[in-house]
Amino acid sequence: MSPISRGFSGRRRAEVDPSRVPPGQYVTRDFPVLSAGPTPHTQLDAWSFTIQGAVAEPVSWPWKEFLELPSETFTTDIHCVTKWSKLDTSWKGVSVDTLLTGVDTSVGYVTAFSDGGYTTNLALEDVTGGKAWVAYEFAGERLEPEHGGPARLLVPHLYFWKSAKWVRGLTLTPDDEPGFWEGYGYHNHGDPWREQRYQGD
Amino acid sequence: MARAALPGRLTWQLATVVEVAAETAQTSSLVLDAPKWGGHHAGQHVDVRLTAEDGYEAQRSYSIASAPEDRQLVLTVERLEDGEVSPYLVGELRAGDELELRGPIGGYFIWRQADGGPVQMIAGGSGIVPFRSMLRHRAAVGSSAAVRLLCSARSLEDVIYREELEPLAAGDEAFDLRFTLTREWPEGWTGHRGRIDQALLEQVAFKPADQPLTYICGPSGFVEAAAGWLVAGGHDPRHIRTERFGPSGA
Repeated sequence: MSPISRGFSGRRRAEVDPSRVPPGQYVTRDFPVLSAGPTPHTQLDAWSFTIQGAVAEPVSWPWKEFLELPSETFTTDIHCVTKWSKLDTSWKGVSVDTLLTGVDTSVGYVTAFSDGGYTTNLALEDVTGGKAWVAYEFAGERLEPEHGGPARLLVPHLYFWKSAKWVRGLTLTPDDEPGFWEGYGYHNHGDPWREQRYQGD
Repeated sequence: MARAALPGRLTWQLATVVEVAAETAQTSSLVLDAPKWGGHHAGQHVDVRLTAEDGYEAQRSYSIASAPEDRQLVLTVERLEDGEVSPYLVGELRAGDELELRGPIGGYFIWRQADGGPVQMIAGGSGIVPFRSMLRHRAAVGSSAAVRLLCSARSLEDVIYREELEPLAAGDEAFDLRFTLTREWPEGWTGHRGRIDQALLEQVAFKPADQPLTYICGPSGFVEAAAGWLVAGGHDPRHIRTERFGPSGA
């Protein structure tokens, strides 16, 4: 049991459905930006998305071909480990299921890799079955570089550091290999509903 | 206190507030007695958790302002007018209160003696907090790493730790401290004026050829701009570390 903080009453938002806010989170209307380094600005004609690693045949799409893949438009809530949650965010992108169609692999993990060197690790089951996308539009607009454009991974059921900005591909791996923040003590899985913020949570 | 942060479970611990010391009109330092604190690296932060009488909880992250060598843990908090937690910490919390926290958190935006120099620090407003930890650490370990801190603030009165940092810089040729004031200037102010821009960075920051390790901390737009100008100016983005706080980091 946490001790009561003398004189603290908090500021609950009456309009927010508490069942949509994971423990320790607060709802914001802003879209805060967090990143470990400068924002990369990759030219679209130099951009591609690649599935590689433990696959029979790597596959890669240049930007124009990526936009021609079947896309989905959807609305979801996102939760950042720095405590903010944003509800009803709308996105357009390609389901990871679509990207993995026809990819022959027997391994169970992926590492998402990004321009700028960022990586994050995920179990294959966390990015398949309609749970993850590579998104290139936010709120009907092209995804801004600060928010991960031209394209970011979107895995809304996990803390947002798993939704790698500036994503350029997925490496399939036989072992679960910690990514950037996972190597600095953040939780390997990152389920906001179980408040898996840091190692051991 | 000086030992390195250990990996493992970050459990919530109780600290006792020793003092809430006003730094500027908008910021205060929470001086904490945290008997279970396991040490930290300069630049890390902590999570603070407040609990209301009905069990409602709120958590936020704050940068650590104290050096690993300091006896007490210090968090410097900026009051955000529309914030839920910071007005409580700055305005309500007082000596003798207990505060729940866990940490240290974050292992990337840190500086250790072994990281060496030159080190370029760029701070916007309360983004100076982790640099105060790094600079105190640098002094405590007797490091001679060349360091430059460029700090942007609205006015001289809004510069946090000025009275501590100015003497530190005056007595240390390897520590270059500069302020740029964006809104108000004291009479006879000969320092920099206006927001940080590419021209100012080219004038006062280490050059790409110096291969500095660069840290930028501040509001998101400030960090985005400063990092962008450095990269445009030829700095290696892999040597630029950023820490941002947004309008909703309340």
